[in-house]
Amino acid sequence: MSAKELGTSAKNTWCPGCGNFAILNSVKTVLKSIQDDGTPIENVVLVSGIGCHAKIVDYINANSFYSIHGRATPVAEGIKLAGPELKVIGFAGDGDAYGEGIEHLVFAAKRNIDITMIIHNNRVYGLTTGQYTPTSPMGFMGRSTPKGTLEYPINPLELMLASGATFLARGFSHGLEQLKEIFKAAINHKGFSLVDILQVCVTFYNMYEYYDKRVYELKEHDPSNYSLALNKIREWNYHDEAPIALGVFYKKEKETFDGKFISAKKDINLDINANIDKVLADAS
Amino acid sequence: MREISVLIGGKAGDGINQAGILLARLFSNMGYFVYMYFDYPSLIRGGHNFALIRASEKKISAHRLRIDYIIAINQDTVDFHKSKLRDQNNIIYDSDAINSSGQGLPLSKIIKEEGAKPIMRNSILMGAFARAIGIDYELLEGVIKKNISKELNLNLKLSARGYKSAKELLGLTALKKKSLPVLTGNEVFGLGLISAGLEAYVAYPMTPSSNILHFLASAADNFNLKVVHPESEIGVILMALGFSYKGRRVAVGTSGGGFCLMTEALSMAGMAELPLVIIVAQRAGPSTGIPTYTAQCDLHFVLSAGHGEFPRFVVAPGDSEEAYYWSNAALNISWKYQIPSIILSDKVLSEGAFSFDRESSGNSSREEAVLWKNEGAYKRYLNTDSGISPLAFAPNRGAFIKVNSYEHDEYGITTEDPKEIMPMYEKRLRKEKYLAQELIKYDAVKVYGNKKAEIALLCWGSNKGACIEVAESLGLKVIQPVVFSPFPRESFSDALKGVKKIIDVENNATAQLAGLIAKFGIFPDEKILKYDGRPFTIEELEEKVKAVIS
Repeated sequence: MSAKELGTSAKNTWCPGCGNFAILNSVKTVLKSIQDDGTPIENVVLVSGIGCHAKIVDYINANSFYSIHGRATPVAEGIKLAGPELKVIGFAGDGDAYGEGIEHLVFAAKRNIDITMIIHNNRVYGLTTGQYTPTSPMGFMGRSTPKGTLEYPINPLELMLASGATFLARGFSHGLEQLKEIFKAAINHKGFSLVDILQVCVTFYNMYEYYDKRVYELKEHDPSNYSLALNKIREWNYHDEAPIALGVFYKKEKETFDGKFISAKKDINLDINANIDKVLADAS
Repeated sequence: MREISVLIGGKAGDGINQAGILLARLFSNMGYFVYMYFDYPSLIRGGHNFALIRASEKKISAHRLRIDYIIAINQDTVDFHKSKLRDQNNIIYDSDAINSSGQGLPLSKIIKEEGAKPIMRNSILMGAFARAIGIDYELLEGVIKKNISKELNLNLKLSARGYKSAKELLGLTALKKKSLPVLTGNEVFGLGLISAGLEAYVAYPMTPSSNILHFLASAADNFNLKVVHPESEIGVILMALGFSYKGRRVAVGTSGGGFCLMTEALSMAGMAELPLVIIVAQRAGPSTGIPTYTAQCDLHFVLSAGHGEFPRFVVAPGDSEEAYYWSNAALNISWKYQIPSIILSDKVLSEGAFSFDRESSGNSSREEAVLWKNEGAYKRYLNTDSGISPLAFAPNRGAFIKVNSYEHDEYGITTEDPKEIMPMYEKRLRKEKYLAQELIKYDAVKVYGNKKAEIALLCWGSNKGACIEVAESLGLKVIQPVVFSPFPRESFSDALKGVKKIIDVENNATAQLAGLIAKFGIFPDEKILKYDGRPFTIEELEEKVKAVIS
């Protein structure tokens, strides 16, 4: 199936110039590429939360679960546990995954469950028309904080590293080729992977120029080294002036939660009635 | 009627619940029907725990105020309960720790002599009790062997010592009837779900539902279940809906507070048409309330939980056979109609132990959902006459399965087009009409007692046990609606035929069932309401009923 065939009849309603187009196009290319590598498209399930990002599942002709705000992660986890043969890719916004549903990301990382979370981090609520999010810089003037926010942003990659994620990367909606590379590496990673994408919202927080001046590609970085990864992740805290690294910060092979579930299955007698009778006999 | 009521009490950590189950199984082995009520405060060590075990020739699911025996591990047990005892001599107690009438045994001394642990005091008391009611030691020995795995020989030795040192007080004759297994309601819920093909159970611990999680986690290997305990009830229900999307039969369990957290996703299950069973075991609220005590205060909550309008199946079983039958039915109905099902339990049913007769609980097997036949283009939300769209699950080479929490077209793509919205809305609601029709063949409303009586006790859930016994004693009728959504209006009207006076009996303060039937123009004449966290005893209810019918 070609990238073109991956389209649907749904009308695209993102604003012209929206950073989501780059993500959509990269994901389509990667979905084609993983098919060429042997993963049938029907084995892929896309999950989204709610927000501008989430429309992506309407725009891709593939299995999908369009869930609710903040909850893409546990849905993706459930699908993976139910169907270990599936490649489960979750999409979420920064308000969505880093705000409303942050606990799920922490636990998914802790479990090292084999799903990929792609976070469309535009650092503003778009669909609700311009409020600050967990990654907006301190002082951000949004519609709920007209005098500027009073709190510093979180560094989501630092939080994820501390929580146990085994693949962490950052992309930028101005770097299509790099996005494709990162997505593919994240999807192919066996374990919990998260890609934080600086996805620009042209309407409510246009940061193209700001990012263009500061981003650089991670080179000669050893992603297997936790300390080096932590240092690189801390280089920019989503608030202060600093160079912004793009690429894979951390990658580690580790046993997965879903993998342990499968191995726990034994050769058992699956005559349900006989097994119920046995439970009853033991209860007398 | 031959029956016996025994109270065993001690501190939390004394193993009262386990000792109670062992006693219940002892009576069951004598051919009796048993019921056990377990009363404990919300703490881990200390406090006062007691189990009330009642055995009867007839099927029962309620306890009496009056008791025949007390088995006491601490002074509180004697002090708090001896006034309910028929004969002050029928107390078997630890004479090293308690001042009491009756038969004292120096438990600490015996434990020390045998090099045993304090928790094994129960074994000595079991032995003494078996002697007191005049049963053969071999019977007790058999029950102990089956129920105690740790240090069995030492426990047997202790029970034999207890048996030898006690004397017979009030004998109980063994019946020539088959012995039924004794299980908690929560275990039976688990088995009922399994009988309908349960493949996964996801839950966060919350009293009084946690034992479903414990039971299914321990039984997971034997039934090929995936049992998951995630970070929160929100995580629970969303993860479960992931299982559901993949075609795995899944259930979750919680109590009121946890269910509050689940309601946003419950609404998604309604919109996305994802099958899911939710067990809500009620406890006394609001908020943290009285966490280890019972109530029936969430009927209206589960009926209206979740934003928006969508069909749901709500059922409130009243005893273990109903728990088995309806948890099976709920899982099958969820998959057949692609709707959420809610099983409403309460502390008494969930944590109480009952003789369980699987044979009499009704036919319980797995019924298949409507599946896609791999023909043509797949539409997850195909708008059919019944409203039921054939299911397909990933990976399926010929189908992309798109589910959506937004209003959507037949393919599952988001829509805001008024021409598409109404047909899809109606498709979902139509399923309820067909479900209501199917429910006619189920016993959605039960009737007991004197079916010709003009006075009826109206009850739901675990109150049926006390109501049936009181009604039988006073010659009244009992009407127990079991299904609450879609409400079986016709069966309910049929049950009310000939009834001139309705007495509503509920474990809540606002008479929620009465509120529900008021919608149909039916108003109970009297209300007997109890909301102190404790279930009705038979004597208490009988007295209150007598007061309103005289």
